[in-house]
Amino acid sequence: MSMARFVELENVGVTFGQGPEQTEALQPTSLTVERGDFLAFVGPSGCGKSTILKLVSELLRPTTGNIFFGGRELGAKPVRVGMAFQSASLLPWMSVRDNVMLPLKIVPPFKSGFRSKKNGEYRDRADALLAQVGLEDFADKSPWQLSGGMMQRANLCRALIHDPDILLLDEPFGALDQFTREELWQTLQDLWIDRKSTVMLVTHDLREAAYLANRICVMSPRPGRIIDDRQVSFARPRPIDLTFDPDFVTLVQDLRGLIVHAPNVKKVDAT
Amino acid sequence: MKPTMRKFAPTILIIGVFVFWELFCLLAGISELVLPRPTRILAAFFEYAPAIMPHAWQTLYTTLVGFSFGVMIGLSLGVLIGSSKLAYDTAYPLLVGISSIPKVAVVPILVLWFGAGTVPAILTAMIICIFPIVVNVSTGIATVEPELEDVMRSLKAKRWEMLWNVGLPRSMPYFFASLKVAITLSFVGSVIAETVASNKGVGNMMLIASSSFNVPLVFAGLMILAVMGITLYAIFSVVERRMVGWALRKQ
Ligand SMILES: Nc1ncnc2c1ncn2[C@@H]1O[C@H](COP(=O)(O)OP(=O)(O)OP(=O)(O)O)[C@@H](O)[C@H]1O
Ligand SMILES: [Mg+2]
Repeated sequence: MSMARFVELENVGVTFGQGPEQTEALQPTSLTVERGDFLAFVGPSGCGKSTILKLVSELLRPTTGNIFFGGRELGAKPVRVGMAFQSASLLPWMSVRDNVMLPLKIVPPFKSGFRSKKNGEYRDRADALLAQVGLEDFADKSPWQLSGGMMQRANLCRALIHDPDILLLDEPFGALDQFTREELWQTLQDLWIDRKSTVMLVTHDLREAAYLANRICVMSPRPGRIIDDRQVSFARPRPIDLTFDPDFVTLVQDLRGLIVHAPNVKKVDAT
Repeated sequence: MKPTMRKFAPTILIIGVFVFWELFCLLAGISELVLPRPTRILAAFFEYAPAIMPHAWQTLYTTLVGFSFGVMIGLSLGVLIGSSKLAYDTAYPLLVGISSIPKVAVVPILVLWFGAGTVPAILTAMIICIFPIVVNVSTGIATVEPELEDVMRSLKAKRWEMLWNVGLPRSMPYFFASLKVAITLSFVGSVIAETVASNKGVGNMMLIASSSFNVPLVFAGLMILAVMGITLYAIFSVVERRMVGWALRKQ
């Protein structure tokens, strides 16, 4: 794993709206993400976690500061991004396989060969990925024939099919039950170990962050800033029993304490 | 209710209504000049069939031509308005305004411009069916889930790629649903125009028949309109199921 600086946020702040309606979503924040790292963001609701992912995926422009990608300013060169949200949002008129192949239709250089390769190379590529997450028998099914957990597996495949430079996951397992969620943690960990992608994961589930991430950033209430940034060094691949390990439990409790007792900047200002 | 029973329930209801109608007229001794019995209407239809059919074809023709133009215009406008927030906000009030004008009131103006006859009927059939199509298509396109939009935008999808891969397919169930409404409205439009200003078509035929108190013929005209309307509705229902079955099967 090279330790090159991959994504850099330099005093990046975001304010929505103008004048009296203005809300500061993110205080000027600096952050460096290394290539191949697995980063998790945790923090109270509305603290700007999704905002950070939107900045990196260029869905949102920072109000202040700069973002660099591979040493160059974001926007200078197209960055290949894979994104997945809590709702799988698969297209109901396509088969699961076609849903997974959708990014290949849009992202260069894949898009130029889409017509000729969609029944050959690209199809095999999608099938291989689907097999990796255990959906090999569901490629030809329609999304509505899948369970919630299966839809999220397909959603992960869609986010990874085009070999993104960075994988951005915004509470991807938030709507799943505990068992399904833990199964998907393992699936995601396997995919990450296999591909060594750079991942930024936003989650409300502290155990999820502790189990999956190499590094956890804890954020303060809105306007958010990073109040704690720590490495998580449990050996990979991490078994699910790790979640009962005393060190793991301590880590989760620490994170919880940080979030519950985080100073609320707005309140401090008022007094 | 048993499944077979359920399937035939609509047919049974329709037959029931006609039987009731027939019996009611017979028992209450209602004059033919007020409300003819269904059997009398059917008899009148066969009696006047050679006279009715050219009118029926004329009405079908104006309706279908007007409807086709309406669909093309409605679909294009719907795509345009649905894919741009600015266009949506700008054009919507105007569309609502136009759509709330009673279409009968437009016919005299069309006659003034194009003379009485086929053209105003086609135009009325067209105008009346545009609005529901525009509303449905633009709604389908404008209500793409924000998450899906973010996924597409993060892939740097161009606007037309977004429209072609997501917006348009997504709006198709809305579009086909609106076609069923639009085709019936088109019939209303062409018959209105024929009644007000034409010497051809079922609407005109009914007007003349009613002024000569040939009430069974008036009702025979109604019947042929109903039959044509139902047939086209059924055709578009089948087309809808064939084209966008995925939207119906989704639970
Ligand atoms: N488009 C917008 N316009 C105005 N304010 C916004 C907009 N998007 C987000 N915000 C505000 O910015 C703040 C941060 O939003 P963000 O979605 O990043 O929070 P989050 O940490 O992801 O919250 P959650 O955990 O609930 O998803 C919120 O307080 C929200 O009210
Ligand atoms: Mg969020």
